[in-house]
Amino acid sequence: MRRWSFQYYLLISPALLLSAMIVLVPGLLTLLVAFTDWNGVSFDLNWVGVANFHKIFDDRIFWNALGNNIRWTLLFLTIPVAIGLLTAMLLLKRRRTKTLYQLIYLGPYVLAPVTNAILWLNIVLNPASGLLRQIRPYIPRDSLLAPLRSPLSPDVALFTVAAVDIWHYWGFLTVVYLAALRQTPQELVEAAMVEGANALQLFRHIYLPTILPTVLLMFVLITIFSFLTFEYVYIMTNGGTGSEMLSTYAYNQAFHKFQYGRAVATGLVMSAFGLLASFFYVWMSRREIRA
Amino acid sequence: MSAFPFGSPRYARALQRFSAHLVLLFFAATAMGPLLLVLINSMKTHRQIARNPLSLPTAIEWENFSLAWGYGNFSRGFINSIVLSGTAVLVVLFCASLAGYVLAGRKIRHWRIVTIYFMVAITVPIQLFLFPLYYLFARVLGLLGNVPAVGVVLAALNMPLAVFLMRSFFLAVPEQLEEAARIDGANTWQVLWYVLFPIVRPGMITVAVIVGLHAWNEFLITRTFLGTDNITATLGLYSMNGTYVSAMGVMMAGTMILIAPPLAFFVLVQRYFIEGLVSGALKG
Repeated sequence: MRRWSFQYYLLISPALLLSAMIVLVPGLLTLLVAFTDWNGVSFDLNWVGVANFHKIFDDRIFWNALGNNIRWTLLFLTIPVAIGLLTAMLLLKRRRTKTLYQLIYLGPYVLAPVTNAILWLNIVLNPASGLLRQIRPYIPRDSLLAPLRSPLSPDVALFTVAAVDIWHYWGFLTVVYLAALRQTPQELVEAAMVEGANALQLFRHIYLPTILPTVLLMFVLITIFSFLTFEYVYIMTNGGTGSEMLSTYAYNQAFHKFQYGRAVATGLVMSAFGLLASFFYVWMSRREIRA
Repeated sequence: MSAFPFGSPRYARALQRFSAHLVLLFFAATAMGPLLLVLINSMKTHRQIARNPLSLPTAIEWENFSLAWGYGNFSRGFINSIVLSGTAVLVVLFCASLAGYVLAGRKIRHWRIVTIYFMVAITVPIQLFLFPLYYLFARVLGLLGNVPAVGVVLAALNMPLAVFLMRSFFLAVPEQLEEAARIDGANTWQVLWYVLFPIVRPGMITVAVIVGLHAWNEFLITRTFLGTDNITATLGLYSMNGTYVSAMGVMMAGTMILIAPPLAFFVLVQRYFIEGLVSGALKG
């Protein structure tokens, strides 16, 4: 066995080396330069301790961004999960139309964020020539729905962008939940039906226990990706108008304001949150690394 | 306890099925509505769109498409997108197939630490490594705007997921197959090439489809590392945004040009794509 070992290290080295060069080494560099006055242009560094972290913690926009990430996470843990579970349960009994519905629901999911964001900006949310122009006269000025009159204004931009991202995302959850639901032992379902269980009881006592691991894993992944979310926010509002995220904050600090210290410090804060989530992720996958 | 207290059970069941279809159709309309809106408006003039985006086109405005093709620099963009995704797919397939085989068979002593490394790498934010990587990529190596090089970066980003997918496909292959080939005197290379790779080929197609779409759709890395000259198809559409507010028909045609190819590809390879989405998510 030992004679073969070297050869297997050789086989795994392309994947490991590539990941190390592009993710691990630059990641460790971030860890280093976050405590220096790195300017992103040259590599002469001076140790500044935690000054970069002081700078971002003193910045109101950083805290706004963090709050927005938490709001975003809560939106994504509820709305798409509810739609996904509902549609997956309803699809479970559709024999002929199941595939067609899944294809339709995944349509927005396979498109690029640029495409989706731009189509919403131009044909739906555009006040001059989009659907909004047609709808606006019917939205009363002094009602709860009034913010919908200008959906990209600072008060509601976060929710509008989240709505577009959720529109593109929930179909993925439908497909994943449906696949999990289909693993439910059919005898259990039939036994419960014979005993007269209604749809809600069937879901609560038969299906939910089966799909619980998948539902929990999705919770963890949704939380992770909600803290990293970038594309829809950057393309639709560029992080301005009340929808700044940690990711857009870090990006704009580096590439628009050339404040690399703040950018890498923010990246490190995001990674700390990510590490917490990946701990759960590894823990949930522990079965796969047991000897 | 009945969910429908009125009428006979048969009537209740029909009503239940009807309402289920109604809900499913509602969500289908939500998913497809905006895309159909793009389709009908890509064929209309700006004036027709401004008057009513919901009206059906009376004639097809072909000029929208030819103008959008030029404005978005899509001849260049599609070639670059194909090179970018192609590079990412080839690099990932090569590395992840070998790594998946080693990790599935626990062939190395440090398989556990490597597995955990890739698990953590799945959840790492791009912002952890983006800024030093940009510095190395652009200023040290001078690779800014180099499409295949950006493809390799995207390959590395997709590597952990691909390794896990390949690993699960190798795990599904019975161990006896490799043992039998070994007894017949096959070396590792022959085992992989003649025995295992043909069996996991559907899995390789799944990985190729998932990684290909990820690379095609990627925004953050391509936008940052390609600059503004050597753009992909999606970046071409991005560059049009906000510039053609008074030529909405052209804007919609450009969006349509970006919608059609991935949707057609998805319908062709749906089985592999859904397999890829699902096999990473079913645990327990």
